[in-house]
Amino acid sequence: MTATVETPAPIEAASSARMGPSRLRPSDIITVATDGLRQRKVRTALSALGITIGIAAMVAVLGLSESSRADLSNQIEQLGTNLLTVEPSGGFGGGDGVLPEESVAKLGRIGPIEVVADIVTLDQAPLRNDIMSSNETKGLTAIAADVDLVATLRGSVASGAWLDETTSQTPTVVLGSIAAERLAITSVTDGPMITIGGQWFTVIGILGDFPLAENLDRAVFIGKGAAVSVFDVELNPSVIYVRTDPDQLDAVRGVISPTVDPQSPDEVSISRPSDVLEAQEAADSAFTSLFLGLGAVALLVGGIGIANVMVIAVIERRNEIGLRRALGATRAHIRRQFLVEALLLSSLGGAAGVSLGAGVTAFYAGVEGWEVVIPPIAIIGGLVAALAIGAIAGLYPAMRAARLAPTEALRSA
Amino acid sequence: MRHAALELIDVSKVYPGSPPVHALDHVSLRVEHGELLAIVGPSGSGKSTMLHVMGTLDRPTEGSLHIDGIEVSRLGDRKLSAVRSQRIGFVFQQFFLLQGASALDNVANGLLYSGTSKRTRRRRAAEQLDRVGLGHRLHHLPNELSGGERQRVAVARALVNDPSIVLADEPTGNLDSRSSAAVMDLLHTLHQEGSTILVITHEHAIAESLPRQVEMIDGRLVELVGASQ
Repeated sequence: MTATVETPAPIEAASSARMGPSRLRPSDIITVATDGLRQRKVRTALSALGITIGIAAMVAVLGLSESSRADLSNQIEQLGTNLLTVEPSGGFGGGDGVLPEESVAKLGRIGPIEVVADIVTLDQAPLRNDIMSSNETKGLTAIAADVDLVATLRGSVASGAWLDETTSQTPTVVLGSIAAERLAITSVTDGPMITIGGQWFTVIGILGDFPLAENLDRAVFIGKGAAVSVFDVELNPSVIYVRTDPDQLDAVRGVISPTVDPQSPDEVSISRPSDVLEAQEAADSAFTSLFLGLGAVALLVGGIGIANVMVIAVIERRNEIGLRRALGATRAHIRRQFLVEALLLSSLGGAAGVSLGAGVTAFYAGVEGWEVVIPPIAIIGGLVAALAIGAIAGLYPAMRAARLAPTEALRSA
Repeated sequence: MRHAALELIDVSKVYPGSPPVHALDHVSLRVEHGELLAIVGPSGSGKSTMLHVMGTLDRPTEGSLHIDGIEVSRLGDRKLSAVRSQRIGFVFQQFFLLQGASALDNVANGLLYSGTSKRTRRRRAAEQLDRVGLGHRLHHLPNELSGGERQRVAVARALVNDPSIVLADEPTGNLDSRSSAAVMDLLHTLHQEGSTILVITHEHAIAESLPRQVEMIDGRLVELVGASQ
């Protein structure tokens, strides 16, 4: 023993200096918190479930509304917002409900109108052959169509050709996509024929789907010239389709009625098909807010569930807290342990919720034939929301655990 | 002469109330390094308060407490926790082992708050389990061990941080007589190997097997046998 060791003061100083603070490594905090959860697997799963449901609801709602919105704007884009349809309406004067035959020609002279076409619905029914009864129309209609119809509606030809000035005069017919399917005609190469009103027509083309005009997909089209020469009908337009300069749309809309029917403009009804889709889009977002609200309620309930489970855990694990304090844990270490446990619990629930929500979106979008769009904000937001809830729900129980006096915690139950 | 492993100087602990309870009444006690002693007393004598104050789990109302020369009675939570993690080992009557953790991990937890790596903690835990005769039970869970074995795991945990003093609170209180004897034998062996051990008990038979005995009555200490000074 040396002389210096005998004086108390330097020894105390030396002892204090030798002693570092209590330390809990970050990796050990994770292990300790994971162990806490692993020992109560069922309870962990059940309390994470609340968060899972809430996050899944929110992710699915955002994913589905984005996917359906993408689908709608796709449709709107295909259709164009500059398409107007003109139809006869009864009006108040008890009008005749027909549009004048020369309407299309008149509309064609209005500058901002890019292209215009009309259709005339015929009474004669299309049939596969002349043996079949005229009752077996399979829901198909015959239409006398303007040569500009496909261009105006931005339709497409799937096989063969659309009517032109020549074939409009001859007994030739072009089938809508559904009509072709129902008549079991897939190709025009060997010149298949069908009958309309008992007269034979040669099929020269099959169309692709019209965007948002399924009734036209169920029609067969012949030229106006052929309709007059074969059936001797009046060519009063059933519907006129007008494609206009987008910037002049309102102006054009204003002059259509007086142009078409100067005597009784109120017997002309004008609509814009893209309005329907845009209204649908608006209605969808109203539903989105509703479901997001419901998701938020589920999250709140999930958060309360986690807080509840953590408070119970603190009471049940009093002895463990006391032991850890005796082993040298500071109040901060205990607080961190329980906070990280709550965070793990909620992020577990959040991750499960994001996958579940994405899965539901992918499944439903697949069924509807939509493109799957899961906005990143839904994924990131879901995880962040779960973590925030875990932090809030874990804070109070963690503080309670940390405040527990070691002597109190070590008292046997 | 070295400073004491543990020294209480004129320590009182008063719980407020009417009338206030004097759980410790001007107690002084000096425990040298390498001692094995018992504090014996009936329940309600202040033994538990004594243990809590000595273990820095509770603060004295008056007086001072030195552990390995460090005056701890006025330290804050962080420094007190450091003293517990590095200078004191606890053995409890109820063992307080974590049920889901193996014997090895329970012992390694004795070093959890020292900041050492997991590998080091496990290596030192295995050494201590070997020392208490459980080298063949490293990976057993507490509920796969007998009561005596569990208490030996707890003793190994108390030793793993190489403490200045081990405080054992009724270490045989939950054990049958055979296991009790085995645990007391273990404490004697550890004492011979140099450990400082203070046993708190209400059983005179346990106390009498130890070289030094101090009796506690109504918050006061009376040296019975083997007083060092």
